[in-house]
Amino acid sequence: MKTTRRRIMLAAIVVVFLLGFIFPNPHPHFWWQKIPVFDIFFGFFGSILLIVFAKWLGHNWLLKDKDYYNND
Amino acid sequence: MINIPPAFIYIIGALLIPLVRLRRLQQALALLIPLLAMGTLLQMQQGVYWQVQFLDYELILGRVDRLSLLFAYIFVIISFISMVYAIHIKEMGQHVAAYLYVGSTLGVVFAGDLFSLFFFWEVMAAASVFLIWYNKTPTSLAAGFRYAMVHLFGGAILLGGIVMQVSTTGSIAFNPFDLSTLSAKFILFGFLINAAVPPLHAWLPDAYPEGTITGSVFMTAFTTKSAVYVLARGFAGTELLVWLGAIMTLYGVIYAVIEKDIRRLLAYHIVSQVGYMVCAVGLGTEMAINGAGAHAFCHIIYKAVLFMGMGAVIYVTGRRNILDLKGRNLYKKMPITLVLYMVGAFSISAVPLFNGFVSKTMIVAAAGYSHRPVIELMLHLASVGTFLSVGLKLPWGVWFGKPDGSEDEIADVKDPPLNMQLGMGLGALLCIITGIFPQTLYKILPYEVHFHPYAPSHVVASLQLLLLTLAGFCLYTNKLMAGKKSISLDTDWFYRSFGYAVLLFCTYPLNRLRNLIKAAFANKTESAVRLSKHPYALLEIVWYAIIGQEKSITELLQRPYDEKDYRIPVGIGVCASLIFLFLYALIYMRVAG
Repeated sequence: MKTTRRRIMLAAIVVVFLLGFIFPNPHPHFWWQKIPVFDIFFGFFGSILLIVFAKWLGHNWLLKDKDYYNND
Repeated sequence: MINIPPAFIYIIGALLIPLVRLRRLQQALALLIPLLAMGTLLQMQQGVYWQVQFLDYELILGRVDRLSLLFAYIFVIISFISMVYAIHIKEMGQHVAAYLYVGSTLGVVFAGDLFSLFFFWEVMAAASVFLIWYNKTPTSLAAGFRYAMVHLFGGAILLGGIVMQVSTTGSIAFNPFDLSTLSAKFILFGFLINAAVPPLHAWLPDAYPEGTITGSVFMTAFTTKSAVYVLARGFAGTELLVWLGAIMTLYGVIYAVIEKDIRRLLAYHIVSQVGYMVCAVGLGTEMAINGAGAHAFCHIIYKAVLFMGMGAVIYVTGRRNILDLKGRNLYKKMPITLVLYMVGAFSISAVPLFNGFVSKTMIVAAAGYSHRPVIELMLHLASVGTFLSVGLKLPWGVWFGKPDGSEDEIADVKDPPLNMQLGMGLGALLCIITGIFPQTLYKILPYEVHFHPYAPSHVVASLQLLLLTLAGFCLYTNKLMAGKKSISLDTDWFYRSFGYAVLLFCTYPLNRLRNLIKAAFANKTESAVRLSKHPYALLEIVWYAIIGQEKSITELLQRPYDEKDYRIPVGIGVCASLIFLFLYALIYMRVAG
């Protein structure tokens, strides 16, 4: 079950990878828009960056005990 | 249809609702009001209507152009959908508050002058706070007070700006402002509070999760989006807004990653999505303003669907935290809510064929056309975070999730009442219609649209982005779901801590000072009290002092009260008044003569 899902996922990534070369951006404004698979890397590393950074921030600073404001 | 400003259709309607005693009739009236308003809107031509003379100024209650009509359409549409969702509520006050809120927002949208703008602005804040208070929990009461304080503060700043503006220019017209003046800076500050721009945003994630289930759906639509509207009117093309908006998009996204309260998570995504609009207003090009308007339109619908979905979960389970919901297989019990929620989630994530795709991409493209590389990348990254939290983390945590054995059973739950499903369904339907046929929306935007969202390269790039975000989520699911119940600190820490500091100051130093003063004056007041019982004692003290006889003061004062000491014959009183009259007559004759 789990491996099937993983295979579907990988197949889908390969498909969008190839589609990126078939349909390149005709009007790029910036250099990264000329890379056909840029969004593959941006999506993957962007999501991981957000998770890791937000979790780090929450753990070290932002998250407090739920009675934080009520201990008076 | 009816020749009164749409704002007053709602306000008068809101006041009529409690007068109707029959429940069915009441519900019919509540649903009829948005239809009447829509009929009026559809007949309105561009121009300036309903000018009212007030003191030396002319108020304009109907400045009708493409921008104000766009916002008015969506506000009326969403008020209908939200009312369908809320129609089962028996407490009339909630409907009254909601419609006063909607009406005053429409007042803001059509206001052509600063005075009526300010009036409706304040009514908006005052009406909406009741949608929080009707939740009737201690936390919602406190959150409502904080909400009211922040908005009153913002309103005061706005009023200060307006007064300065009027006294320097002599005009109350609501037109684009010159940011080099102090008055415009004040007005911008007031607008930014309602737009929930960090660091002035904390009222939003503080209050919206504490509102009633149906009230919060109303709240998601009006306050922030009317602020986007007035920013587009007054401050289009302001560079500051470009950066504030882009920062907002990421700010909301980062908080949403760590948030576990389901409605607070969505509230942070309001901050994030409004960031796109604020950024677009700052860019100020025709395409960007179109994008801001289009995104406001789409955002209002899908955000309502999302809040309705999460509201339904809270309604049937009574739980509001992912940690209390995950791993309970709720998808088997409320499948309809799940499907409708996912339509909203795909819309906010800008999945092709859903409405977010046709509006958000327009703003990102506008950043490209304005040659803003950093801004474009920031907005792009926020899209990743949006799908991650709203499209994946939240539904996974609420409806699915891996059980770890510690879960308690959620018994006997099913999809919410029909009207709630209908409200969600209407919203979801609109998400799909505007997503598949973007021209229906593009036709009513302020400027002509030269943007094709469904260019193949756009669609492919979006699919790449979304698919790989999904991959990232799959790798880190456990990390995202882990954690214990906690609260996240935000900039409300400053005023909450300040409030606490004031409380501490009153309890300790100020109270100690009071005790000191009390101790110092306690015996003095005692003497004063005794003296007031024996007014003559003072004279006696003086008399004994003069004749040189020593008598202690306490002895005089402690003498028991004897009323005979203070009783004088009536004759003395009569005599005194006769003397007074005589003197009066003398003086009168002297003056007159």
